[in-house]
Amino acid sequence: MAKNVKPRVKVPKTAAKGEIIEIKTLISHKMESGQRKDNKTGEKIPRMIINKFTCTYNGVEVFSADWHPAISTNPYMAFNTVATESGTLEFTWVDDEGSTYTKSAKITVQ
Amino acid sequence: MTQINTPQDPQRRSLLIGLGAGGLAVVGMTLVPRAVLANPEDVKMAIEERIGDAATMDGRISLELPQIAENGNTVPIAFEVDSPMTESDYVKVVHIFAEQNPLPDVASFYFTPRSGKARASTRMRMLKTQNIVAVAEMSDGSVYMAKTEVKVTIGGCGG
Amino acid sequence: MRWRPIAVVLGFGLFIGAYGAVLAQGDGKMAKYFVGDLRTGYTFATPETQAIQDDDFANPAFLWVDYAVELWEDPSGDAGKACSDCHGAAEDTMKGVGARYPVYNAELGKPINLEQRINKCRVDNMQAKAWKYESRELLGMTAYVKSQSRGMPVQVQIDGPMAPFYEKGKAFYFQRRGQLDMACANCHEGNAGNMIRANLLSQGQSNGFPLYRLKWQKLGSLHRRFRGCNKQVRAAPYGYGSDEYVNLELFVANRGMGLPVETPGVRM
Repeated sequence: MAKNVKPRVKVPKTAAKGEIIEIKTLISHKMESGQRKDNKTGEKIPRMIINKFTCTYNGVEVFSADWHPAISTNPYMAFNTVATESGTLEFTWVDDEGSTYTKSAKITVQ
Repeated sequence: MTQINTPQDPQRRSLLIGLGAGGLAVVGMTLVPRAVLANPEDVKMAIEERIGDAATMDGRISLELPQIAENGNTVPIAFEVDSPMTESDYVKVVHIFAEQNPLPDVASFYFTPRSGKARASTRMRMLKTQNIVAVAEMSDGSVYMAKTEVKVTIGGCGG
Repeated sequence: MRWRPIAVVLGFGLFIGAYGAVLAQGDGKMAKYFVGDLRTGYTFATPETQAIQDDDFANPAFLWVDYAVELWEDPSGDAGKACSDCHGAAEDTMKGVGARYPVYNAELGKPINLEQRINKCRVDNMQAKAWKYESRELLGMTAYVKSQSRGMPVQVQIDGPMAPFYEKGKAFYFQRRGQLDMACANCHEGNAGNMIRANLLSQGQSNGFPLYRLKWQKLGSLHRRFRGCNKQVRAAPYGYGSDEYVNLELFVANRGMGLPVETPGVRM
């Protein structure tokens, strides 16, 4: 597990059925690109990035992304989904070491 | 953060242009290539890998990037693809590429009809001034492409 | 609003820059970042960078603040006390506090800044170890406490026992130093909005610190910024939390008196 990895998500608490809602996520991660060299040793610092982000809504995948080393440190991701029913949105980040970070948020759809 | 930059007021815009015209000349002289960079040819190959030999069309994608990025570490990027996002007609995936980064790939975003809109935003690294390319694959197999240039200043006084 | 064509010449030995730049006066959403002739670093940022600060969710500094919210409740020292045991809810008790720092500490007979106040609390009252300067903990807690004063005007005491320290800070600000023989004032007095090589100069205001710099890709303290500036003019930097920098912090805060606390800001 990488150190100090902390996800944040912002999902509206309530929404009207059929409304397109915006979801924002942020996670603390170095996103080591694999392109940098250690100033002291001159050795390449191995790549260590989050390479996959997924959002499920009551278990169904509604959005996902593949990230490459060009994604910035502390990656931010905003996207949309249709509020279909009350339930849970689950967010998953997976890094190069296979570590998985998750966060979930509840939504009430009227 | 729009393709055609619309700052709060004309003065702001002038300032940015001033920064671009003057600042970039200086940056250009001091910038030393640190790695073998991707180039438009690599991006072309990366696109082919993703979409095969499908023809790409212009339009439908609006790519939102600053004209000038004041720091290449964190450049906001957003896009929206014009689509009804229904079961029968939606955007499947949008790939982003960078022409002058060490690697051409930036990210791929997978949408579903439940996305509502084919819109996403994130932040990316840019090693230098370059074109950013977005390629959108629709559910009917058609492919659209858009390209925007971003000028990157190596700014930020002080360590 | 007015045009201000400029031709600033700041010799870095290598290149002399002369660029047109404009000082936009505040209007609309920008107005709160202008107070008289003072303007915060926010007004020099691009709209994209401003947008990151405008949205507390998009602002990555809140990754540190979120962590501090947890630490606030964490009884980490031998006294078994958390910040909240004495101070309750930060939203109530810390409101306005960050806007007043540095303050005079009678016990030490000198001013201390917010970082030092937090650590003094940890050592004296919580019997916990002081957090290191620039640690995730100290940056986060400083930003969390100071952010409770967001929008409130910066107002520090410079008279009474603070007077000699203010004078020292002022002297530091105007003292040329380093191989480039430049004082803080050479860049930040009368040159705001001008370019120094590829860098846009601001007024050097401190009301957004600790802040997230795109260049650092993390939250950083005002003293880190001071050190960066000092190194930039090829001068030996002073230590984090050194008396020299606390005095300078006092002078700089007073120089920006009335500007709203923006912590945690976002800058290039």
